[in-house]
Amino acid sequence: MSKSKSAYSDPGKKGKLDTHIIVVWVDNEAGVLARVVGLFSGRGYNIESLAVAEVDPKRGISRITIVTTGTPQVIEQIKLQLGKLVPVHKVADFMRGDKKIIFKEMALLKLVGNTSKRNKALKVCKKFNPVVLDKTQKSVVLQITALRREIDTVMGDLKKFGLVSVSRTGAVAMTRGSEIFK
Amino acid sequence: MSKLYTGAEIVFKCMEDQKVEFIFGYPGGAVLPIYDELKNHDTIKHILARHEQGAGHAAEGYARSCGKPGVVLVTSGPGATNVVTALTDAYMDSIPLVCISGQVPTHLIGTDAFQECDTTGITRPCTKHNWLVKDVKDLAKTIHKAFEVATTGRPGPVLVDIPKDIQFQKAKYTNFKKQKKLNGKSNNRFSQKDIDKLVAMMGKAKRPIFYTGGGVINSGPKASEQLRELVSISGFPITSTLQGLGSFPGDDNQFLGMLGMHGTYEANNAMHDCDLMINIGARFDDRITGKIDEFSPKSKKVHIDIDPSSINKNVKVDLPIVGDVSEVISLLIKTIKKHKPNFLRSNKENISKWWEQIEKWRSVNSLNFINSDKTIKPQFAIQRLYELTKNKDTFITTEVGQHQMWAAQHYKFDKPNRWMTSGGLGTMGYGLPAAVGVQIAHPDKLVVDIAGEASVLMTMQEMSTAVQYNLPIKIFILNNEYMGMVRQWQELLHEKNYSESYTAALPDFVKLAEAYGCVGIRAKTPDELDQKIQEMIDVKKPVIFDCLVDKEENCFPMIPSGKPHNQMLLGPNDQKENKITGKGKTLV
Repeated sequence: MSKSKSAYSDPGKKGKLDTHIIVVWVDNEAGVLARVVGLFSGRGYNIESLAVAEVDPKRGISRITIVTTGTPQVIEQIKLQLGKLVPVHKVADFMRGDKKIIFKEMALLKLVGNTSKRNKALKVCKKFNPVVLDKTQKSVVLQITALRREIDTVMGDLKKFGLVSVSRTGAVAMTRGSEIFK
Repeated sequence: MSKLYTGAEIVFKCMEDQKVEFIFGYPGGAVLPIYDELKNHDTIKHILARHEQGAGHAAEGYARSCGKPGVVLVTSGPGATNVVTALTDAYMDSIPLVCISGQVPTHLIGTDAFQECDTTGITRPCTKHNWLVKDVKDLAKTIHKAFEVATTGRPGPVLVDIPKDIQFQKAKYTNFKKQKKLNGKSNNRFSQKDIDKLVAMMGKAKRPIFYTGGGVINSGPKASEQLRELVSISGFPITSTLQGLGSFPGDDNQFLGMLGMHGTYEANNAMHDCDLMINIGARFDDRITGKIDEFSPKSKKVHIDIDPSSINKNVKVDLPIVGDVSEVISLLIKTIKKHKPNFLRSNKENISKWWEQIEKWRSVNSLNFINSDKTIKPQFAIQRLYELTKNKDTFITTEVGQHQMWAAQHYKFDKPNRWMTSGGLGTMGYGLPAAVGVQIAHPDKLVVDIAGEASVLMTMQEMSTAVQYNLPIKIFILNNEYMGMVRQWQELLHEKNYSESYTAALPDFVKLAEAYGCVGIRAKTPDELDQKIQEMIDVKKPVIFDCLVDKEENCFPMIPSGKPHNQMLLGPNDQKENKITGKGKTLV
């Protein structure tokens, strides 16, 4: 007799986790985001970030971009399960690091400190198109756009220069070149 | 200007256009306008349940036995929450249900009004889709869409939540035309190339097996006929899941019986050792696969399923074929007949060793049990029930537990849609209301709910429904005073600590039957069983049959937890083979 006291089988081997960016085109109707998010939580899938907004007001289409991690099998399931939802039109899946895809995330960073600190902070952000949105004697609000990982790094680096608040949009994605995803 | 109809009228116009004959429901404040309208529509009959869960299961029984979607009508708040179990059950077993729920008026939504709940929020994870109708102009479109979603692709439950003010408001109704084109969620995505590949694999296989499931039943009666032809022209063995029983005749020699946790020795060993597994409309459920890492390690796997998300969900397959079972099989048969007209004969040699091996497994006779002449063995009760009802085109429903597995093992089905059981969700209390729904769909047929005394008490109130509508359902209770499956696992896995699995105060089921206005029959010994069962069949009224069975019988064979298919636990006969008396043997 098995030592396990469960009627269910033991969990099998865990596969390698990949990070994927899933883009979903949905009807912009009441409850649609809850359907998508509920699918993820109900089936135990991860959400690292989520960005959603209407992109086609005429047809009422919203575009949801979800960053998730999972084994190849789980990623495949996520796509197929999303495809079954009635308000979902199409589902695209990109692997992180795919050269044909642009991934970007925007972050707003509030720094409090003296001018020298703030200038150093600006230098740290130099690579990521920093825009100064607000400036006072003591503080500055910066906007940067970069990859998720890069923003993670920047946040770490800015701690010593008076970073007090961060707001991030979550990643959005688009294919390079003239092609669009059908 | 065309005529304006109230929301309540539109609900019925939609149902008339959808050819709905029966609604299973329970009235309440937020659906009163719809109930008020009921009297003006003769073609639609309302069946009043005694609890919304009962209405839901009855609609499931109706849908499963006749292939049409079941319609449920409930009020807001508790009406909607009570039906959630039935919706989830239908979702797990892919049963088409359309549930219409009342809601508080739109201006009160979100104010915690009386009998308000977030119905679409609560039912979102247990329906294929749901809608809250906020504009009466959308009502007709939404209801028709609901029927379409419920019945196309992989079927399932849907819910339309209609606030009370919408039921009063007026709008135009444009006549509904059934679209031939199905929605994008239900397409056949297979090609001739896939079928050719499959035929080639079938030609090469030395140890093939068909593993069929509820998808065959859901695909319609034609799919079952085609499956029979496919199995007969291929000469392959076939096993079925719990939900697939009936799609292939249970007494055919090519049928190995049910597979899975309580499946037969031959079916599970054949699944483990096969080199080609052809899954038709089944979903590699954990009660089927056992330990997934060691599931059928040597086989190429083919998976035919209408739901693309079923493919590679639990088990990786070599050839996925996404499509409706009936259409896939018909193309498969055509292709075999065209390219290999003598497949059966030419391939016989190829798989003859495999059949020899299967016969060896079969000779273990894993469903055997030690019979008794003093107490009724539950397996024996089901065998007698089968023998006495098999010539009657009987419809069987079950509750959940040991009796359900014994019914699946010992009752042999030869037609689809005759077997209604809660497989995915495992809902105790399913069988009695389901029997009500089945009898509504088939008023002249024999409908038996094979039940356990614990399960049946969960929805016992529906006996009152059966009496009201003169539905002569037979509730055949295998009464062992225990939650038998719980007791069995406690015996095998928890050192016989029978924690809370014994029901110390059961009602007298015969008196209970009389209280409901139906007939109560009790059988205590094996020799009176046949006569009592016959009495039950002959009575033209609802019957509660209290069959007192052995209290400690266990359901075997069984795949213990975390074990692969070839490590089954066989029954006591396996160990005590020599101890069985001659008399015991003749009885089994």
